[in-house]
Amino acid sequence: MESEVLIEARGLTRRYGPTVAVENLNLTLRKGEILGLLGPNGAGKSTTMKMLTGNLSPSAGSVTISGVVLHEDPKAAKRHLGYLPEQPPVYPELTVDEYLSFCAGLHGVAKPERAAAVAAAKRDCGLGDVGPRLVGNLSKGYQQRVGIAQAIIHRPPVVILDEPTVGLDPIQIREIRNLIAELGRNHSVILSSHILPEIQAVCGRVMIIARGQVVYNDSIEATRAGHFSAVIVGLRRPPDAAKLKAIDGVTRVTALDDTRFRIDCAKQADPRDAIAAAAAQQDWGLYELAAQTHTLEEIFVELTSGEDVRSAA
Amino acid sequence: MSNIFNIARYELRRIFLSPLAWAVLAIVQFIMGFVFINLLVEYVNNPYSGDQFGVSDYIGGSLYGFATILLLLVMPLMTMRLFSEERKSGAITLLFSAPVSLTEIVLGKFLGLLGFVAVIIVLMAAMPASLHWSTDLDWGRIAAGLLGLFLLMTAFGAAGLFVSSLTREPTIAAVGSFGLLLLVWLINILGYNDNVPFKELFAYLSLIDHYESLRRGVFDTADAIYYVLFSSLFLWLTVLRLDMERN
Repeated sequence: MESEVLIEARGLTRRYGPTVAVENLNLTLRKGEILGLLGPNGAGKSTTMKMLTGNLSPSAGSVTISGVVLHEDPKAAKRHLGYLPEQPPVYPELTVDEYLSFCAGLHGVAKPERAAAVAAAKRDCGLGDVGPRLVGNLSKGYQQRVGIAQAIIHRPPVVILDEPTVGLDPIQIREIRNLIAELGRNHSVILSSHILPEIQAVCGRVMIIARGQVVYNDSIEATRAGHFSAVIVGLRRPPDAAKLKAIDGVTRVTALDDTRFRIDCAKQADPRDAIAAAAAQQDWGLYELAAQTHTLEEIFVELTSGEDVRSAA
Repeated sequence: MSNIFNIARYELRRIFLSPLAWAVLAIVQFIMGFVFINLLVEYVNNPYSGDQFGVSDYIGGSLYGFATILLLLVMPLMTMRLFSEERKSGAITLLFSAPVSLTEIVLGKFLGLLGFVAVIIVLMAAMPASLHWSTDLDWGRIAAGLLGLFLLMTAFGAAGLFVSSLTREPTIAAVGSFGLLLLVWLINILGYNDNVPFKELFAYLSLIDHYESLRRGVFDTADAIYYVLFSSLFLWLTVLRLDMERN
């Protein structure tokens, strides 16, 4: 059974004067999903997120959040959202506790529950011991965490994070990723980034945006285990290329060096078993056998490099 | 309603966390104290005027008359950062993506600012009040003057809030609102020029003319309504301006 749809965007378009930032974008986020928005700089990721959170009105199209149309009843729709923009929206002169308590009130957390909400958000974001410190005195990484804490303090069904790991050190990036994966268990998350491994590490589905259009939208599994069209084989005692080519499903054999070959496969064929069996039987000394999968990076480069987008448009 | 108060509470807190508010209060109080003592010495050395004018008229009237000029200078400094600084730092996104309406945001910020205005009013009231033990004060008259000051500052604040929503540079907001306030203040000059059509209208629209009668202790509902309308107009314009920003 398909789970409940939390965000549904239809035909979102945004123009800045003659420039089209986002064109006819459709997006669906279901409960329990972590959706990664991927795209080169200036592709329209932030504009899309601003439109989803009601910070920017779309030139055309509509956004529905938990069944409420955003431009018809913005207050009710925004209740289901937590948003961390590119720059964490913090007040440097407040302490972390004061700031989070203000955010809780702003998002409609009732007064008696505010202290508990602040404590829970601090615990989830690893802010336990910085509560009494001024936000302005915290490091960039901690400010980013305060920003995330602000987005989840009212436990919204949908959390939207715009490049949450920008400007962090590798350890902080790992912590934030773990935090996002943790969030994904109870909340639906939309995450934007231009860092591929980040999307691969935490997201369940990936959406690639290039020049304001969605050019790819599939689950991360498809990019990971996806179709392959070639196999790299390493053989210590290689036979004639013709012998390799005779194996079922092999269309072409190219020698990479003395012992390694690139074997192109026929569509939908998987000759790996046959190669391994033949190698064992005829003592070729098999030491490497790897499918050349279509990685996210290849998909990304292919789809976002100039020509493809133009021909697709 | 609770959203408005929540925003107002934190706005007021943030105003008083900045050294600017304390510096403004200290300087305003120092200058007003200087003028107050000067007026007091003058009054004591000039006993003849005491027959027609009481100490409340003499000191209250002149002191609060001078205060208007000083507040015209300092209010733009207090309103300049309300929206522009938040826009510059990106913190405004927090308010825009929270489930609160633009009207609530604007009223919340405005109410927070009025908290600061109230503190100034208390300081202004403290000076004549210090004479309470040595003479009979006409409290009604002083209260009218204070109410006038409060209404005037409300109007200054609303106009400043609007100008602050136009820009992302606090300094430009300060210069802009000072210019705007001075212009509305001085519009009554047109009223003295016989060649200008509708000169009575211009004289009526001026910010300062409505304060004159309150300063003299005369409370006229029309004057109070003028300030309320003036403030509402600019608050409404601020809401419109913020709404435009999303389009």
